[in-house]
Amino acid sequence: MSDHLAQRVASATPPKLARRIRGVSDRTIAWLFVTPTILLLLAVNIFPLIWTIRLSLTNFRTNRPNNPVEFVGIENYRKILTNPDTWASLQATAHFLIWTIVLQVVIGFTLAYLINKKFRGNDLWTTLIVLPMMLSPAVVGNFWTFLYQPQIGLFNYFIEFISGVDPASFSMIGDVSLAPWTIVLVDTWMWTPFVMLICLAGLRSIPPSIYEAAECDRASKWRQFWTITLPMALPFLMLAVLFRGIENFKMFDLVVQLTGGGPGATTLLTSIDLKREAFEKWRTGFASAYAVILFVTVFGLASIYVKALNKVKDR
Amino acid sequence: MNAKQMLTPALLAAAVTVAMGTGAAQATDLTLCWAAWDPANALVELSKEYEAQSGNTMHFEFVPWTSFADRMLNELNSGGKLCDLMIGDSQWIGGAAENGQYIKLNDFFDANKIKMDDFIPATVVGYSEWPKNTPNYWALPAFGDVVGWTYRKDWFARPELKAEFTAKYGHDLAAPATFDELKQIAEFFQNRDIDGKKVYGASIYTERGSEGITMGAMDVLYSYGFKYDNPDKPYDMEGFVNSANAIKGLEFYKSLYDCCVPPGSSNGYMTEGVDAFKSGQVAMQMNFAFTWPGFNTDANVGGDRTGYFANPAGPNGDKFAQLGGQGISVVAASDKQDAALSYIKWFAQPAVQAKWWKLGGYSALRAVVEDPGFATSQPYAQTFLDSMAIVKDFWAEPSYATLLQSSQKWFHDYVVAGNGTAKQALDGLVADWHATFEEEGKY
Repeated sequence: MSDHLAQRVASATPPKLARRIRGVSDRTIAWLFVTPTILLLLAVNIFPLIWTIRLSLTNFRTNRPNNPVEFVGIENYRKILTNPDTWASLQATAHFLIWTIVLQVVIGFTLAYLINKKFRGNDLWTTLIVLPMMLSPAVVGNFWTFLYQPQIGLFNYFIEFISGVDPASFSMIGDVSLAPWTIVLVDTWMWTPFVMLICLAGLRSIPPSIYEAAECDRASKWRQFWTITLPMALPFLMLAVLFRGIENFKMFDLVVQLTGGGPGATTLLTSIDLKREAFEKWRTGFASAYAVILFVTVFGLASIYVKALNKVKDR
Repeated sequence: MNAKQMLTPALLAAAVTVAMGTGAAQATDLTLCWAAWDPANALVELSKEYEAQSGNTMHFEFVPWTSFADRMLNELNSGGKLCDLMIGDSQWIGGAAENGQYIKLNDFFDANKIKMDDFIPATVVGYSEWPKNTPNYWALPAFGDVVGWTYRKDWFARPELKAEFTAKYGHDLAAPATFDELKQIAEFFQNRDIDGKKVYGASIYTERGSEGITMGAMDVLYSYGFKYDNPDKPYDMEGFVNSANAIKGLEFYKSLYDCCVPPGSSNGYMTEGVDAFKSGQVAMQMNFAFTWPGFNTDANVGGDRTGYFANPAGPNGDKFAQLGGQGISVVAASDKQDAALSYIKWFAQPAVQAKWWKLGGYSALRAVVEDPGFATSQPYAQTFLDSMAIVKDFWAEPSYATLLQSSQKWFHDYVVAGNGTAKQALDGLVADWHATFEEEGKY
């Protein structure tokens, strides 16, 4: 088998090179193919990561090329972890992350469940539902600021329509208690279709024969849902949660357009805070330490989650 | 001497002449970087004259205000060669000078007889000097700007409103002389029905992302007694930034936000202010002077319908205003510094500066603004002069961005989000600024 592969590679190469390759093992050939990718990964992922860790231990500032760079040990990490603003920012991120995931999973799965039923116009509805996720987050953020506008915004008028509250009496973006929900709402509107599509793939992967067998056993629809549909779609749901979790942990553009992190620091997510440290205050060493902390957090949580996901898949 | 011997020097001479000639006439492509706003369009128009005279071609890189600092500071910090000329914000001057991002212009000014005494003193200090109040120049004052106010002159002139206002407050409905009067007027107009439309008191700066709320709050705080630091002990801020009067000033700004702005004004800066005023939503509007020419010619609020006034006085009679505006600098990373300097030389000429004002650019040249006809040349010209005489500016330190982020956070948190008290906000600001200066080794 291995000789055969080597022969095939050799026959497709110029005779001079072929003579050399004939003596090369499969393992070496595999390495030859993989090496460019590894080098690329090292160059664009691993090296910057190591460089970031190195910078995080210094007082380096990109905008002060003439200043001496001093090794400060774990001082940047200490400053970040003891700063109440960092924790407030993490809290805002956690609020955003948890509620967007909960809402998107519940609504996305419900929509997928409904779309999975055969009905007239099924394809048209699917297309319409997925439209929001095709838009640019910056554009979405921008036009939702108009929808939330107390004087002309459709959202406030909709609230008036269903509750009778004066639309000019509340500002979704300017109110401390409402602003965190405005970003949750917009992200849910935009990305629920994505969760729906993944769930739909999960639902369509369940063989109909299982439902037929359940029908024979006179299992109710309710029981079928809890014992067949949900367990079999669970790995897909978990995958959707993983994707949305990672995406929303680094959410930036949508929120910047909508609230700019305000009012005050109510919607100042960690990604926005990090960007300001790195590219507005130009505290490169400090921002590198911040980035490392966030990376470790996401990587740690994602690793635990992936293990759980694999367990569910293996069941 | 044979023919060959004769020909050689002649050929050499010809070659040198051609080379020199080519060098002199060689056209250069220059790129000028600035914010994307009305004055930038006027500068494009003005620069056509430079192109015709010099043979150089001007290109322009204009970025919207909200991302202007991000984009351009990134360019400067990375040593990018996109911009040969930079009309950078006044607060950048410290960082750009200390980090070698702008070239020093003293020798160039001396060689070309460009005198800083010929420009409005506040603009020289604000846009050109680093360290401040020393004769070290890094820019030529290019665009004078200051925060002032516009008001609906036509509404103020309505007899029924005048009578009602006088009966309620005991003085005439006119451009306010003090901030207390300004608030009375704002309250008077808030939620009032004018021509069948609900209107509001005032539009003020509240923007969170870049510099908006800091520019607005500072514009008021100065006149209430806010000082950046102890005049006798630089960077000593305790009791100056958070003085009792400064606290009153911030409380006033919040009270103005709470009582008298249009709904949904939690994140508004220059553009939102212009929109609110032009659409007839507000009786008064805080904004930089650069917006005034646009109001003067606007179909809805132009001509006699709009009036202009400089910042009113604070409770102790102090009267200051937030400086805006920029100087024009040559970027140190540029390969075309000579051509860039030739642009500045051309731009500094009195005739060009006079045309600059006519096109809508606020010239900072004294010959222009002190011309007897200047004050009456536009309805807002006198207000511009009055305002430029009372300016103060934010920190221009190399760490200005960090200082600005702190004030943005504390002001927005108190004024818009309503968290804590004015004292807590200013105490917090002192703590943050102190930490920043400590990192900078100022103590």
